[in-house]
Amino acid sequence: MSVGGGADGAAAEADSWQPSQRELDRRAYRRARSRRSSAISAVSTVVVVVVLGLLVTRSAGWPRVQETFFSWDKAVESFPAVLSGLWLNIRLMIICGLCILVLGLTLSILRTLRGPVFYPLRLFATVYVDLFRGLPLILLLLLLGFGVPALRLPNVPSALQFWGAVAIVLSYSAYVSEVFRAGIESVHPSQRAASRALGLTNGQTLRHVVLPQAVRRVTPPLMNDFVSLQKDSGLIAILGATDAIRAAQIETSSDFNYTPYVVAGVLFLCLTIPMARLTDHVARKQGWHGTGGTL
Amino acid sequence: MHRPRPVTSLRSAALAPFAVLASLAMVSLAACGSTEQAGPTPAGTESAAAASCTKDSLTLVSAGTLTVGTDKPAYEPWFSGDDPTNGKGYESAVAYAVADELGFAKSEVTWVTVPFNTAIAPAPKNFDLDLNQISISDARKKAVDFSSGYYDVRQAVVTYKGSPIDGRTTVADLKGAKLAAQVGTTSLTAITDQIQPSEQPQVFDTNDLAVQALKNKQIDGIVVDVPTAFYMTAAQLDDGVIVGQLPASGTPEQFGAVLDKGSALTPCVTKAVDALRSNGTLEKLQTEYLANAGAPELK
Repeated sequence: MSVGGGADGAAAEADSWQPSQRELDRRAYRRARSRRSSAISAVSTVVVVVVLGLLVTRSAGWPRVQETFFSWDKAVESFPAVLSGLWLNIRLMIICGLCILVLGLTLSILRTLRGPVFYPLRLFATVYVDLFRGLPLILLLLLLGFGVPALRLPNVPSALQFWGAVAIVLSYSAYVSEVFRAGIESVHPSQRAASRALGLTNGQTLRHVVLPQAVRRVTPPLMNDFVSLQKDSGLIAILGATDAIRAAQIETSSDFNYTPYVVAGVLFLCLTIPMARLTDHVARKQGWHGTGGTL
Repeated sequence: MHRPRPVTSLRSAALAPFAVLASLAMVSLAACGSTEQAGPTPAGTESAAAASCTKDSLTLVSAGTLTVGTDKPAYEPWFSGDDPTNGKGYESAVAYAVADELGFAKSEVTWVTVPFNTAIAPAPKNFDLDLNQISISDARKKAVDFSSGYYDVRQAVVTYKGSPIDGRTTVADLKGAKLAAQVGTTSLTAITDQIQPSEQPQVFDTNDLAVQALKNKQIDGIVVDVPTAFYMTAAQLDDGVIVGQLPASGTPEQFGAVLDKGSALTPCVTKAVDALRSNGTLEKLQTEYLANAGAPELK
């Protein structure tokens, strides 16, 4: 290692600074350590993967599992049907997502209004959230999908998909309104005070000062709910609509091969993972996040 | 640890968790070539068929009893009162008749609740045979064993009086209708293959949900097997009518008992079902439990 420089050549080092031998050794040591830890993590990952792979592929039932869950032919054959089912998920996700955002934000604003005169509104929002967060979504779907049309009301649509979407919106906006409320309440009171001191009205304060900060803070949990909505939108299948999972189920029933479900799962991941990365990316660029919390 | 690595290309180890998942998927998808092999079958499925169907020589889930599976709720007219143990309803009666053929007394038959999806999954089975109105097909035989058929299935269309398809007489007349069926059934296949409606069929988890939608007039008709159609119009719908039976297409469709893939019991159950067919028992039970007459043929 040591390249023995002149130990006593103090004059030579007058103006060109050289790190000391000790510092060089230190750097080399650090490099070596970091190389070593990378190597160890790589090896351990490979070992884990290989062991898991061997455990799975050497098991007695593996050929059958492979044929039943990972059949390439079946995947290709079922892909169009599952994809067209996924289109329903995507449409529901977009339409319901927008309605949920609007309704959730409205509810959270109602719930954070100050002043005794707004008590009925606060009460309504509180009761709404308690009720629709507490009811299982399946029950809501059945109640609205089969119950409301059974009333035979004039001029009320009886389409199953419509009521399925309504049930999803009602349930999810309760969750989302709580997310927004957490964001609104996390904005420091001094912000409101400063805004009011500058002469902004209550409404302007909410619009220009509180909500922008609140929404930024709750982007990650909103994303959570959005991803969850995307998967739960498939519950509408109980009302007879064909989403990705239901399409996979239909494909499976022809020969009892479960590969279509795996195809549906992969498609869902292809939707959510890019969306999550994109949100994180945008949030980072906008400086919405602190230093932690993102990949 | 130095081991021969499997035939997979491992990616960079930086994304450890993803690498694990990805490579597992790779392992599984690699060599998904031929689908000829349907897994190893235990010896003696075909050859020693008739030789060892005595009660004591059978390989059973629990020794000494025949474990029969079916879904819950167990529907009329295949079962009666959601209780498969009472021997009433066609499939319950057939199960006890098969057990009798194999030498089991009525007390030696145990029923277990097996959801349809469990019955067809590749996991080890907790039943010896499963009767759940499951139609036999070659594609399905790759995943499970079937006994020979114990019922010849025909599909029928159910609707309500005064519906858009009430009184139609041909299959072509049903093209514009909003039809429904239960998921995973051959009834659904009949809609998509035979009727080919212009509107996507509604698919329900159970026939009961489809009946509810029909009562609400959210759909025009339900396709089910003929006995269920008769039960629906008799007991579930106030103003239900059967539009007609769909024409039989190609190979006749049959319900069969599902057994684990490569089960040693399959030839014995098949033998028992065949015996019941040839000695007239199946026919007798059908006239007792299944209404079959009177549904017009759709052209």
